[in-house]
Amino acid sequence: MAEALLRVFRGDKSGGKPVDYKVPIAPGMVVLDALHSIQAHQSPDLAVRWNCKAAKCGSCSAEVNGRPRLTCKTRVDSLPLDQPIVVSPLKAFPVIKDLVTDVSWNYKVNRKIPAFQARKGAEWKMDQRDVDRVQEFRKCIECFLCQDVCHVLRDHDKHESFGGPRFFVRTAGLEMHPLDGVSRTALLKNEMGIGYCNITKCCTEVCPEEIHITDNAIIPLKERIVDEFYDPITMLFRKIIGAS
Amino acid sequence: MTANYETHEHDVLIIGAGGAGLRAALEALAQGARVGLVCKSLLGKAHTVMAEGGIAAAMGNVDKSDDWRTHFGDTMRGGKFLNNWRMAQLHAQEAPDRVRELEQWGALFDRTPTGDILQRAFGGHTLKRLCHVGDRTGLELIRTLQDRGVELGIDVFMECTITRLLKDGDRVSGAFGYWREQGRFAAFKAKSIVIATGGIGKAWRVTSNSWEYTADGMALAYEAGAELMDMEFVQFHPTGMVWPPGVQGILVTEAVRGEGGLLFNKLGERFMEKYDPKKKELSTRDVVARSIYTEVKEGRGTEHGGAFLDISHKPADYVKKKLPSMYHQFKELADVDITKGPMEVGPTCHYMMGGIRVEAETAATTVPGLYAAGEAAAGLHGSNRLGGNSLSDLLVFGRRAGKAAAEFAGSSSAPKFDSSQLEQAEREMLAPFERTDGEFPYPIHHDLQETMGNLVGIFRNEDDLKKALGELDKLKPRLAKVRIDGSRMFNPGWHLTRDLKNMLLISEAVARCALARKESRGAHSRIDFPNYDPVWEKKNNIIVNEGGTMTLHERPVPEMPAELKQLLEEKK
Repeated sequence: MAEALLRVFRGDKSGGKPVDYKVPIAPGMVVLDALHSIQAHQSPDLAVRWNCKAAKCGSCSAEVNGRPRLTCKTRVDSLPLDQPIVVSPLKAFPVIKDLVTDVSWNYKVNRKIPAFQARKGAEWKMDQRDVDRVQEFRKCIECFLCQDVCHVLRDHDKHESFGGPRFFVRTAGLEMHPLDGVSRTALLKNEMGIGYCNITKCCTEVCPEEIHITDNAIIPLKERIVDEFYDPITMLFRKIIGAS
Repeated sequence: MTANYETHEHDVLIIGAGGAGLRAALEALAQGARVGLVCKSLLGKAHTVMAEGGIAAAMGNVDKSDDWRTHFGDTMRGGKFLNNWRMAQLHAQEAPDRVRELEQWGALFDRTPTGDILQRAFGGHTLKRLCHVGDRTGLELIRTLQDRGVELGIDVFMECTITRLLKDGDRVSGAFGYWREQGRFAAFKAKSIVIATGGIGKAWRVTSNSWEYTADGMALAYEAGAELMDMEFVQFHPTGMVWPPGVQGILVTEAVRGEGGLLFNKLGERFMEKYDPKKKELSTRDVVARSIYTEVKEGRGTEHGGAFLDISHKPADYVKKKLPSMYHQFKELADVDITKGPMEVGPTCHYMMGGIRVEAETAATTVPGLYAAGEAAAGLHGSNRLGGNSLSDLLVFGRRAGKAAAEFAGSSSAPKFDSSQLEQAEREMLAPFERTDGEFPYPIHHDLQETMGNLVGIFRNEDDLKKALGELDKLKPRLAKVRIDGSRMFNPGWHLTRDLKNMLLISEAVARCALARKESRGAHSRIDFPNYDPVWEKKNNIIVNEGGTMTLHERPVPEMPAELKQLLEEKK
């Protein structure tokens, strides 16, 4: 039977190293299957997060050959098998053990975002076209691959002052909800640092749900901020009012 | 003395953070209780995300004639009248309000042309009843509840597993568990507890369930003295993926059939016309699962042992719009474009109709202070659950459990906390590290799955079930000597040693109930007793822990009031 060579990071926050495992290949096998095979036959304490195994829960995120991916959706036969399949934990978050990282920061950012609140007197009728626009954002499975690939977090470590693509997507879903009555633009500008994003679209490229994160969420939100805070006529108007 | 353990104190402790646990937490919080929510995975990853097709609620947006009575009748008929009638009634009456509430918390359902919540057809529902969001309704539900919980500030303990309920005399006093991350132990003091931990799908090899579904809540409740009910009724979803092997068992939503998908055998025959000429593909899950199984067994299956499910007669854009995740799932995992050709599907272990016996109004178990809701509880679905009735179950009875648990906590004093129970729980967890001669848990789990899959599957008979009980007995001494390597830090093998104990215990309850029920009803099909037996229609099987011995009792099904009986007659 054909074998794949997996080179899996083993270690914790104090350090670690890649360890090689040979795994028999079954038809249609995904990287998560290979990791489970290692657990069952070679190393029962290999730490991996997973749940649905169907790309619907976003638990099994890791970096496969350097690219952030869901391991449950990454077919072994789609990777070059003449070289090891390198599986590493997400780089933008601290390692707990092996492929499991501490993603609790994301849950903290999420808490800053005011939840949906219906406009006063809202009638619960909505047009499918308006709903379509928001449903794209609500497809997000919180795999945090977009957070992992975003250079503001990955390379510049701006976790304190930046929300990251996942939470721009969530905010866009709320801001564009046809019946929502709360404004989150000041939060986006000040606390979530949306200005740091220079629209390189890396997040869009890795999104397993194919959400157009940059084009449909981040850019429209940036435009709202410009309209609200940097529109020259409004700024002039503010100056006059403020001076009088 | 709890000084040795990290200790948390709440009025209401909720175990499990899927739809039922989250809804219970929100309700208990609304009642003014201090609420703790413990979950095995990260928040928002529970199996509720895998519920795809929709949430059943008689809103009457599409089929104007729908009302709770029709929904009630469909649920009772789907469950072959073994359902707890009161639960079925409350469920049908309250589901529309729970859906509207979800919408007011920000959920966005697909719409009708007039702007209302759109509803689709589903197996066993006589009218278009399932409110949905494409084929990712469960994700919408869990995210909406999760966001609301975050907003209201629920205390969430993620990646923490409860291994034991603590008692003060008869009543519950808290729980003991470990953090997955560091393997540290923690104690939770609580006046009342809601179990919302889902089912036992991981005891079968071909399953749509994730690693979490190891019967934890049922085992915790059983060990604490609560009753289990109707454990023989395990739902095999008719359509799981069958090829390639790595994806075997992954769910293919019933919405494919709801949107017009047809089933064929390898001869191109639309075989459901034979098994249920009236409802065909939209028959109930038990019937469709048995039909596919029979086609395969009689040599008319596909190359990989399934049936063909075809939706490619619908326009490609429509399929991609209404079934986006199915489109991607097959394209990426099986190299099949479902807009161009059929899927290969076969039955997969999906859902547990049985579970912890609860009171209909309050979700209370027989143990004071202990409540259960969602898949972990029994009663609503009888012998077979209709698709779409699970999400509504989570909301209706999650809310009721949270309310009752908060009221219990509000009217009772703090229970006494017994440290010897904690020490015992700790010793049990540490034992696998101390053993040197036993085996790792994975082979034991493998053998358990083979036993349940081969001997306690879709079709059952007395010989197989007796053999299954014998095999389970052989697994017990192996599990008693299970060992594990490595440290306590995020060690999945160690976690499995404990999960296995729950699975083995509750698998035995399933096999015992299945052996006892000498008839075929809903999801329980006995080859040696192929027909309904009106005597068994009046009996629930009850499993209870009597001094450490698993004991089975028969109990009469609660009698339905005359007006509901009449309602069922009228709608026949």
